[in-house]
Amino acid sequence: MTSLPATTGKKLGLVIDLDICVGCQACATSCKEWNGQGVSAPLSDDNARGPQPMGTWLNRIHGYEVQEEGRDDSRIVHFPRSCLHCETPACVTVCPTGASYKRAEDGIVLVNPETCIGCKLCSWACPYGAREYDYASGVMKKCTLCVDRIYNENFVPEDRVPACVKACPTGARSFGDLGDPNSDVSTLVAERGGYDLFPEMGYKPTNKYLPPRPRRDKAIAGIEPLPAQDGSALDRLFAWADKLMTSSRATASVNPADVSDRLEG
Amino acid sequence: MNPAYSVILFTTSSGAGYGLLALLGLVGVQHGQASSLAFALVALFIALALITVGLLSSTFHLGHPERAWRAFSQWRSSWLSREGVAAVVTYPVALAFGLVWSGLVDWPSLIGPLGWATAIMSGVTVFCTGKIYSSLKTIPQWHHGLTVPVYLVFGLATGAALLAPIATLFGRFQWFQIVLAVVALVAVLILKFAYWHSIDNAPRKHSMAAATGLGPGVRQWEVPHTNINFIQKEMGYAVARRHAQKLRRLVFLLLAMAIVFAVLAALLSPWLSFGLAVAALAAAVIERWLFFAEAVHVVNLYYGLANA
Amino acid sequence: MNESMSQPVVNTQIKTWDEIKTTTCYMCACRCGIKVYLKDGTVKYIEGNRDYPVNKGVICGKGASGIMQHYSPARLSAPLIRVGERGKGEFKEISWEEALRTATMWLSQVRSSDPRKLAFFTGRDQSQGLTGWWASQFGTPNYAAHGGFCSVNMAAAGLYTYGGSFWEFGEPDWKHTKYFLLFGVAEDHASNPIKMGLGKLKKRGAKIVSVNPVKTGYSAIADEWIGIRPGTDGLLVGALIHVLLAAQKIDGEYLTRFTNAPWLIIENPGGADDGLVARNTAGTPLVYDPQTQSTKVAGTYGINPPLLGRFLLADGRKVVTSFTLIAERFLSKGYAPEAVSERCGVPADTIRRIAAELAHTAFEQAIEIDIPWTDYLGRQYETTRGRPVAMHAMRGISAHSNGFQTCRSIHLLQIILGTIDCPGGTRYKPPFPKPIPPGVKPAGKAHQVKPNTPLPGPPLGFVTSPDDLLVDAEGKALRIDKAYSWEAPLAAHGMMHMVINNAAKGDPYPIDVLFMYMANMSWNSAMNVPDTIAALTAKRDDGEYVIPHIIYSDAYASEMVHYADLIFPDTTYLERWDCISLLDRPISEPEGPADSIRQPVVQPDRNVRPFQDVLIDLGYRLGLPGLTKADGTPRYPGGYPDYIVNHERAPGLGPLAGFRGPGGKASGRGPVNPDQLQQYIDNGCHWFQEIPDRAKYYRHVNWDYLDWATFMGFLARPEPIIHQLYSEPLQKFRLAARGHGTVLPPPEHRRRVETYFDPMPFWYPPFEEEQVSGTEFPMHAITQRPMAMYHSWGSQNTWLRQILGRNWLYIHGNRAKALGVADGDWVNVISHHGTIKCQAKLMEGQDDSTVWTWNAIGKRSGTWALDANAPESKKGFLLNHLISDLLPEREGGYRYSNSDPITGQAAWYDLRVRVERCADQSAVSEPKFERLKPLRRAL
Ligand SMILES: Nc1nc2c(c(=O)[nH]1)N[C@H]1C(S)=C(S)[C@@H](COP(=O)(O)OP(=O)(O)OC[C@H]3O[C@@H](n4cnc5c(=O)[nH]c(N)nc54)[C@H](O)[C@@H]3O)O[C@H]1N2
Ligand SMILES: Nc1nc2c(c(=O)[nH]1)N[C@H]1C(S)=C(S)[C@@H](COP(=O)(O)OP(=O)(O)OC[C@H]3O[C@@H](n4cnc5c(=O)[nH]c(N)nc54)[C@H](O)[C@@H]3O)O[C@H]1N2
Ligand code: SF4
Ligand code: SF4
Ligand code: SF4
Ligand code: SF4
Ligand code: SF4
Ligand SMILES: [Mo]
Repeated sequence: MTSLPATTGKKLGLVIDLDICVGCQACATSCKEWNGQGVSAPLSDDNARGPQPMGTWLNRIHGYEVQEEGRDDSRIVHFPRSCLHCETPACVTVCPTGASYKRAEDGIVLVNPETCIGCKLCSWACPYGAREYDYASGVMKKCTLCVDRIYNENFVPEDRVPACVKACPTGARSFGDLGDPNSDVSTLVAERGGYDLFPEMGYKPTNKYLPPRPRRDKAIAGIEPLPAQDGSALDRLFAWADKLMTSSRATASVNPADVSDRLEG
Repeated sequence: MNPAYSVILFTTSSGAGYGLLALLGLVGVQHGQASSLAFALVALFIALALITVGLLSSTFHLGHPERAWRAFSQWRSSWLSREGVAAVVTYPVALAFGLVWSGLVDWPSLIGPLGWATAIMSGVTVFCTGKIYSSLKTIPQWHHGLTVPVYLVFGLATGAALLAPIATLFGRFQWFQIVLAVVALVAVLILKFAYWHSIDNAPRKHSMAAATGLGPGVRQWEVPHTNINFIQKEMGYAVARRHAQKLRRLVFLLLAMAIVFAVLAALLSPWLSFGLAVAALAAAVIERWLFFAEAVHVVNLYYGLANA
Repeated sequence: MNESMSQPVVNTQIKTWDEIKTTTCYMCACRCGIKVYLKDGTVKYIEGNRDYPVNKGVICGKGASGIMQHYSPARLSAPLIRVGERGKGEFKEISWEEALRTATMWLSQVRSSDPRKLAFFTGRDQSQGLTGWWASQFGTPNYAAHGGFCSVNMAAAGLYTYGGSFWEFGEPDWKHTKYFLLFGVAEDHASNPIKMGLGKLKKRGAKIVSVNPVKTGYSAIADEWIGIRPGTDGLLVGALIHVLLAAQKIDGEYLTRFTNAPWLIIENPGGADDGLVARNTAGTPLVYDPQTQSTKVAGTYGINPPLLGRFLLADGRKVVTSFTLIAERFLSKGYAPEAVSERCGVPADTIRRIAAELAHTAFEQAIEIDIPWTDYLGRQYETTRGRPVAMHAMRGISAHSNGFQTCRSIHLLQIILGTIDCPGGTRYKPPFPKPIPPGVKPAGKAHQVKPNTPLPGPPLGFVTSPDDLLVDAEGKALRIDKAYSWEAPLAAHGMMHMVINNAAKGDPYPIDVLFMYMANMSWNSAMNVPDTIAALTAKRDDGEYVIPHIIYSDAYASEMVHYADLIFPDTTYLERWDCISLLDRPISEPEGPADSIRQPVVQPDRNVRPFQDVLIDLGYRLGLPGLTKADGTPRYPGGYPDYIVNHERAPGLGPLAGFRGPGGKASGRGPVNPDQLQQYIDNGCHWFQEIPDRAKYYRHVNWDYLDWATFMGFLARPEPIIHQLYSEPLQKFRLAARGHGTVLPPPEHRRRVETYFDPMPFWYPPFEEEQVSGTEFPMHAITQRPMAMYHSWGSQNTWLRQILGRNWLYIHGNRAKALGVADGDWVNVISHHGTIKCQAKLMEGQDDSTVWTWNAIGKRSGTWALDANAPESKKGFLLNHLISDLLPEREGGYRYSNSDPITGQAAWYDLRVRVERCADQSAVSEPKFERLKPLRRAL
């Protein structure tokens, strides 16, 4: 189904918080693990023990170093990258077979492994590098938004989330309906200024990235610096300790139990 | 982009084939029935063989060649699908044309219309091929106004470069064939010059900053995987600038040689048109290799490239 | 057009499994709960278990790659015996019977002659409850796990200061803290909990400050990064203490009531009691009572002893409160921010600002939780006050030769702010807090080691004075690793990094059998790899190996396997029973104790056996009393699961604390319950018990907690655990160095003991830095744990090696420029000990005097069932080749171990180097060790 649906019922997608991601790769390997045996199977590994191991992954974690404006130090940002389930992606429209399609009901972009001919054109059309060809099975693979988990009644409701979202230890990944302005994910995007990757491509990604927050390494208003003072700090400490002895917080009441045995031995 | 030999072979071989086919169609339009059955059959055979070899090579490049038929279904949106459809439609048209043009079927009134149809379908097919590339926003060097014209003109030029020696073989050599070849080759020269000039000077519109949203100070720190993956294998190919320049000069040299051969063929001996064909085809192959190798996919912006 | 009509139908209800079993992950030592999806007995998928206390459903990069670990082609498949020369990869497969018989033969000879000649050292396991006990049953003091090269500085500093530790015995109160100060952590054992915690803090807007020379991972997301110079945290923390003391921003009440700050210390320079705590005749510490102008025993109800001051005892001795000494030390000019700033690489303003933020958060932003509690004196508190400043530290502190004292400084900082075990502070995980230090002493004195006789106690414990050391009359070490000797008196975890090289030198004595488990000691866990390999293969004049027998248990074809004579192939973690016990390194939460099990979720398809079963079987074959019944039959015929259920350390106390007693109703203490394992399985393979609210905080001094913990068997008596800011045990060593007491250090060690056994935290330069030339070796070189790799196990993993199949040396861009090194250049890294060649990568986010790389990526060619041209061995490298196990010579020619002088902790991160661009830019790392002959593949 190569034509794009005019609208989709939902816009399911991920929100990735770059302020929290520590680059642990949990989402990458969990994705590989789940999808290597679910509807995306196989996600094969080529040259597994050899000099150039090369496997199919649907989620990859980059590391960037950013020189922020107005600062003399840099910042390291860990950056997970997977399919953004774009609203108007050319990866779908270029597909000659209809194997690549965007679902009308929830906006998930999928590849039908039964009809994909492995021409790779869709991977050329994706600016985000989100499609990886599986050499062993000869078809294109991509993030399915874990379509085989999120509706899967074999799981308890709280586990009906993408494998990467469930895995992420820091909670940097959220899943939900970005078409619903009141959803948690939409609120998060609104609050934190979630943004699109490559906006100029016009693919209108559904997934959003939350930018790293500004650093908090300058003086905070309301906190007085502890200054160097003249005179003997030790003397002042003594004076303070003297006061302390007389003003110590009174105890509420006395427990009548005999406690002397607690101090021996 | 990875200059995969199957794709280079496909586009050059089928380009030349469609160019030749289109010219044969136009020959039919112009002259009516072919003056020699052998010439007609051999010329048509060569054209279709080049096309078929090209199509097969691209089919076997697929992960699932046996499913190739599915590629005809999405003509509404996909240029690849349209190309497939056009290619397939071209076959019966070309065959029908061949039957009447060669005189195997005696129906002269159809030669004109079928000749036109064959020429147009050939053009359409090559147009679609060009569009596959030019429609990809992700590859600025392809998403370019000259991509389709180059495909078309290169097809025509290589077709013309083939027509002359084939005609020579059958003693059907005419100076007009040389004029055509020279015009097309000159057009290629000009277009390629313009194209290369343009891509060399085009502003790099895409940046790592836009790819990541992390601002202008962003650069790659850690790679997501220490060995290359599919994306880098397919789209990470980068040709050294010096090497590319050398090859560009080689393309111009070969095109110039082709023109010289053409002129000499007209002046000295038609047999020199074989030189024309060889030089033009070699130019096409190298140009096509460069077309891929010089194309920079924006995905590289995630892998360390600053601008694309 | 109606798209949905023509869309393919996706099976969203797939069920690729026919069974789900719970167990506990062992892709690293964090020990998360997992659910393993199985189809026809094969593993399909592994995910985090939501009900499990540690990870609550999340999993990490390694954990999710467990399938590839389990099905690794590098797995061993049968017992092996060496048939060629050591290190040549000539092995023969033998039967288990033959393997066990051979081991029994070697070991029984040792046991009946001199049990010390067995050195039994285990690596990254979690069955130290069993292995330590086995060693003492065998009768050898030469036992330890890997803690000596890992984290003993942290464990010991905590246990000698506040009865818990950063290590695995405590964690920040993620729920309440508002300010989190993290020192030197890239990953840590609490792999997932730290990530979950940081995520929580971020979402709550708490401030995270990371002190670390490198700004990756946790430091990358911190609100503030302090790019400290390696080895100088003690100065930074000292300066923070300085500023807080100078501004009187300290919790006087906490110090007075719950610490030894008001205790009186005798000032009698030159005397045998100088620096000891003034005590009454019963040995109870004394404080000064201003009301009566006399001394009272510490903890007397109703008095309010001063924190500061000098007094005279009735007998005329001068005394001073311990806090006076501390204040004098830290208020000295040497700890002023301006004085430390340059050396630490941290601006003085920053230090003052951080101090202000700490004070502000602790005192102005204090929280009150609506839980009343009662302290050990019966003083009642209507609410529980929290000072929401939490700290955590690990190997960035630990892996330096000043790590113990630096870690003590951090604890001092926490304590003066009153943040230990309060809401928002750093919390204990039961069974901690423990008495300071815990009451177990190491066994292994000369008279305690006898043929065919168990040791009277465990080989590892906590010394409190020189009398507890394991040294002979001349002061020489009694243990092969020299733990508990004058070189490393408080070596509470042993010194595994010294064993092989000591044994090869016969210093202090030769051994017969080196028995190791789960430690890649010929490679990434060795300091000085080349000499370690030489030591493992060294021969005596008579042609016999200097270490005659090496027995090793591994599950994979690691580098170490090649240097063993007899190999016990272990199962993978999905194929065996394990017990994550409160007697070992607990998985408890601050809210309550927890333990767990691993159950075999699949059956081995190879001729392998769980090591613990093998150990129990061996113990029986050797006739160890604890493993043999009076009638000569095995005590635990069912192997390890039998032991887990039926073994009792003391009546009612066994490896597992949950589901004890009839019907599994008892927790903590209770009779053996034969259904215990099934009840664990039914409960998702774990047990957790929440502590009652009133007993949840200030547990070191919380009446209800102390009672509860005593009932549970965590404490022998419900006595308060008073923080030891001033450490009297350390002072006792110092007095010995001054010639007081009966066990005295040999003269050549005295200066060192005197210097470093300071009863109060202090900073000194790391030894290597002090001993090598700063101009010749101007840079620091350190490693970090990659989050997706676990030491050497990770890079054999088909998935993980795609992510990190090789490493680079990271250099600061400016420094690289100065050195003429460009991104991607191959460089030589040179230490006083050796040279390696590796490829450089430039970055900005690091201290510019430091180079670093990811740990344990380099592999030796021929191992781990990897291709000869695998990038791990072609381009990967280890810093270990540069790290010497010994320090350069001191005056007198003595070479101390490259370790902390107090605990013996290996000082990996003291490494000093210089970096030079190589003339030879070929893309291979060096040194290249001879390719090992690959072991036959398992399948
Ligand atoms: N340069 C440098 N060196 C370091 C460090 C550093 O920071 N920098 N860190 C040090 C520290 S803290 C540590 S803890 C050490 C860790 O170093 P090691 O303790 O050597 O850890 P591993 O490499 O994980 O090796 C453990 C061995 O256990 C084996 N193994 C894995 N699973 C099983 C199993 O189920 N059963 C059995 N029997 N064996 C198994 C593995 O195959 C491997 O051979 O490294 C130390 N070395
Ligand atoms: N993924 C993963 N997890 C692991 C392991 C693993 O191999 N992989 N190993 C486990 C083991 S055995 C251990 S011991 C723990 C160790 O866990 P960590 O303590 O996190 O160990 P490292 O990765 O060595 O991190 C030490 C950090 O200290 C910094 N550092 C170095 N020197 C200094 C210094 O002087 N001051 C300060 N402030 N920082 C410094 C380094 O840059 C680094 O970030 O991790 C455990 N968890
Ligand atoms: S990210 Fe790429 S693959 Fe995914 S929808 Fe957008 S264009 Fe298509
Ligand atoms: S590779 Fe498959 S999904 Fe992609 S365009 Fe070709 S047929 Fe469509
Ligand atoms: S949603 Fe599923 S398929 Fe997509 S990246 Fe996450 S785990 Fe992978
Ligand atoms: S699991 Fe979470 S924290 Fe880890 S890399 Fe993925 S998004 Fe980042
Ligand atoms: S943190 Fe360690 S124990 Fe937990 S899932 Fe990861 S590898 Fe397993
Ligand atoms: Mo460790």
